[in-house]
Amino acid sequence: MDPTTVALAPETLARWQFGITTVYHFLFVPLTISLAALTAGLETAWVRTGKEKYFHATKFWGKLFLINIAIGVATGLVQEFQFGMNWSDYSKFVGDVFGAPLAMEALIAFFFESTFIGLWIFGWDKLPKKIHCACMWMVSIGTLASAYFILAANSWMQHPVGYEIDKQTGVARLNDIWHVLFQNTAVVQFTHTVSSAFLTGGAFMIGISSLLLWKIKKQKDAGEQVDRKRTVTLRSSLRIGLVTAMIAGVLVALSGDQLAKVMFKQQPMKMAAAEALWDTECPAPFSIFAVGNVNKGHNSVEIELPGLLSFLADDNFTSCVPGIHETAKAEAEKYGGSPNDYIPNIFVTFWGFRLMIGIGLTAAVAAGAGFWLTRKKRWLLPEHRRGEDEIPKLMLTNKKELGPTVTKWGWRVGMASLVFPFIANSIGWIFTEMGRQPWAVFGLFRTADSVSPGVSQTEMAISLTVLTLLYAVLFWINVRLMKKYALKGPDTDEEPPTKDPKLRGPSGGDSDDDDADKPLTFAY
Amino acid sequence: MGLNDFWFLLIAVLWTGYFFLEGFDFGVGILTRLLARDRTERRVLINIIGPVWDGNEVWLLTAAGAMFAAFPIWYATFFSAFYLLLVIALLLLIVRVLSFEYRHQRSEESWQRNWELVLFVSSLLLPFLWGVMFADMVHGVPINSQQDFAGSFGDLLTWWGLLGGLAFTAVCTLHGAVFTALKTEGDIRVRARALATKAGVATVLLGGGFLAWIQVERGTVWTAVAFAVAVVGLLGTLVMNAKGREGWAFSFNGIAIAAVVAAIFLALVPNVMPSSLNDAWNLTIDNTSSGPYTLKVMTWVAGIMTPLVLLYQGWTYWVFRKRLSTSHIPAEAH
Ligand code: HDD
Ligand code: HEM
Ligand code: HEM
Repeated sequence: MDPTTVALAPETLARWQFGITTVYHFLFVPLTISLAALTAGLETAWVRTGKEKYFHATKFWGKLFLINIAIGVATGLVQEFQFGMNWSDYSKFVGDVFGAPLAMEALIAFFFESTFIGLWIFGWDKLPKKIHCACMWMVSIGTLASAYFILAANSWMQHPVGYEIDKQTGVARLNDIWHVLFQNTAVVQFTHTVSSAFLTGGAFMIGISSLLLWKIKKQKDAGEQVDRKRTVTLRSSLRIGLVTAMIAGVLVALSGDQLAKVMFKQQPMKMAAAEALWDTECPAPFSIFAVGNVNKGHNSVEIELPGLLSFLADDNFTSCVPGIHETAKAEAEKYGGSPNDYIPNIFVTFWGFRLMIGIGLTAAVAAGAGFWLTRKKRWLLPEHRRGEDEIPKLMLTNKKELGPTVTKWGWRVGMASLVFPFIANSIGWIFTEMGRQPWAVFGLFRTADSVSPGVSQTEMAISLTVLTLLYAVLFWINVRLMKKYALKGPDTDEEPPTKDPKLRGPSGGDSDDDDADKPLTFAY
Repeated sequence: MGLNDFWFLLIAVLWTGYFFLEGFDFGVGILTRLLARDRTERRVLINIIGPVWDGNEVWLLTAAGAMFAAFPIWYATFFSAFYLLLVIALLLLIVRVLSFEYRHQRSEESWQRNWELVLFVSSLLLPFLWGVMFADMVHGVPINSQQDFAGSFGDLLTWWGLLGGLAFTAVCTLHGAVFTALKTEGDIRVRARALATKAGVATVLLGGGFLAWIQVERGTVWTAVAFAVAVVGLLGTLVMNAKGREGWAFSFNGIAIAAVVAAIFLALVPNVMPSSLNDAWNLTIDNTSSGPYTLKVMTWVAGIMTPLVLLYQGWTYWVFRKRLSTSHIPAEAH
């Protein structure tokens, strides 16, 4: 086929559409998952300690959370319909197995999340504090459950288990739901994805707190009056972000290592492709960088860490890692066709793997450094200690402060670290999904066989165009809104509610409601 | 009754839940133009569904998810057959979600007005689109021997689709008006009742026409029963609304909606999606369903989760049971 035919084939259009919409959905999801839990944690801190700073932090991060989740929900709808719309042959083949976790996600997770979020948004003056706070925990549980089910479904595409092929119809039939839900691929993928979600949320808090604290610092240096409460709130937020990102960073690396081992056993081609390892090597190195065309079968200049790929794959620095040629030949023998059919896009997988790790962990390392530089009393000499309501000095040792230029850059790195995990998440998924090609379900069902036969090229082109355009516009609106509220900072004028609303029973009636005609505290 | 019959029933119930709940959301959205006179009144309307619209929408996701799990072939063919209609529906669903969440985030007049327009248009067109799809599904669309859609977009634009679309829009408008009367206080409540009467008359005509069409097209005794129940429900709604018994009016209209959805699904049995090309190619309850094991698993999940969902969604309605009036709307949006 000539290149334009391929470029406009329904399959290609459907893949672009799925890729664009899913990566887009996943820009918002990690932040939703982590901010739900962090907001719930902050509200718990407020309910338990009564400290105003936690109240202001809850409101501030909660607001950003709500702006974010709105787009997550809106774009999730597309995801749910898309399997049937664009991948109807795929849906027919896998529905029996794959539909189950998706339906469970709706029944168990989405209802939970969406109902309790309504209660949380509108419930500030209707629900007792503790119940209100519990609602956010429910939302958080909902987001985690939704991630679990969808990732179990995705894991089944990476490594199908718990099914048999129906002899009459040739479709996959579920025969063990527990195996589908709890196979090691699903558990490890979930751990890795959720850790990276918390890295994202942590970095988000670091980025915005750093930005606002830096602005306050500049105001103060210029001799302007600054809001003390705001500094207190942001300083706590910064610390929470730093701790979250640091711990999450470690977990991401540990779970990523586990995931690599699982992947090596289940999809050896993906591991070879991740390293652009054309020929089997014992032991196999991990190249940090390569110059030259990785598609050419060998790399001209590389910086390598010897044995590391062997270790990632098999826990042993000297194991053999089969190369692309050998794996492709084996697959061709098993499934028919030519070896070339089984080689994914090596450029994307090679660079995707490196960039995911490099860019993502940069944020984690920055968080670790920030955690040290902004530490409190214990490790500092008395003259360097600063009160809760002051911008922390960046302290290298217990008596040496960073110079002004380095300090400025320190804060800037803090601000910049916000974007890294988002990029790493997207790249990680692109690597995962493109590394699985040509398979939609590994070893069972090909992407080329997945597309809807009843949908025309024109229809796909229309949907791809309008969805992409709409998403671009929404991205812009969303970023502008986020920016507006992030720059505004916590609203420290807002007083925490003084009285704790009681939950009145239906028989209690509304007669004892002394402020029945008072305006709502929150309304759309 | 086999498990696949049971799941067919359950999917009908899920769609009923969706049209019952999101039905009044849509109606309230439509009322932001038909009823509200100024921004404060529009905000009263938006806020009576504010805490619940998100949960209501999940009924759609669940209905689709249940079709995927229990009838993969039905799900696949339905969603690929109505491709462009669904693309439009998705665009509208997306912007509608955002119209709730984003309208109050900025105070500029144009920003708020635009999102209000989005809410109105999406609420008006979505029930219409669902009506078109369901009418086409009842009549049958070109499906080939491979159980794939074999028609084109033009095959979906039919007069019965139009009738179905108008009927759905009318019944949602009525539902929204009745709900508004139930959930508001003051002038707006009185006007909502008056509007409900008008919408009710339109619904009797359009909905009646749609059900009559179903009866002629694929009628059975059971669809006739559903037809009768729907008529009783609608008349009950009108009478109770005129008497000012809002709770009753809302319940009667709920019955009417359930009866319309029931008529649609009863007209389909034993098919799920007939083929307009050849009866032998009809998608049926038997030839599209998942295996018994999947159905059993899903039955357990649905059996445990559905009551729970009803419980906590019901609780939400109870927490926000108080009527709203213009005096409850705070001056600043946030
Ligand atoms: C902040 C984001 C981030 C960071 C720093 C990392 N990852 Fe990752 N990685 C993801 C975010 C991510 C992801 C986007 O969440 C993916 C896509 C699919 C998945 O399960 O997680 C992923 C996939 C993914 C896969 C593919 C799994 C498959 O195809 O089945 C492997 C092997 C790793 N990761 C390994 C690692 C290692 C060894 C890391 C560092 C030491 C690492 N990741 C850091
Ligand atoms: C449960 C979750 C997921 C499922 C079931 C899923 C399923 C699929 C399917 C059916 C395709 C199309 C066929 C193919 O090219 O393989 C696909 C491709 C793709 N998916 Fe996923 N996916 C999931 C999660 C994600 C996420 C979260 C992302 C990214 C954020 C993602 C990114 C992509 C990309 C980029 C493609 C295009 C690959 C290509 O064209 O080669 N996927 N996935
Ligand atoms: C390609 C497969 C996917 C499908 C079909 C899908 C479907 C959906 C749907 C329908 C919603 C809206 C729910 C609502 O109305 O409340 C949603 C939101 C959500 N999804 Fe996805 N999703 C996919 C990928 C993912 C992945 C890979 C994850 C996590 C790892 C994820 C996690 C979430 C979360 C946490 C939400 C909550 C709201 C938000 O996103 O901000 N989704 N998804």
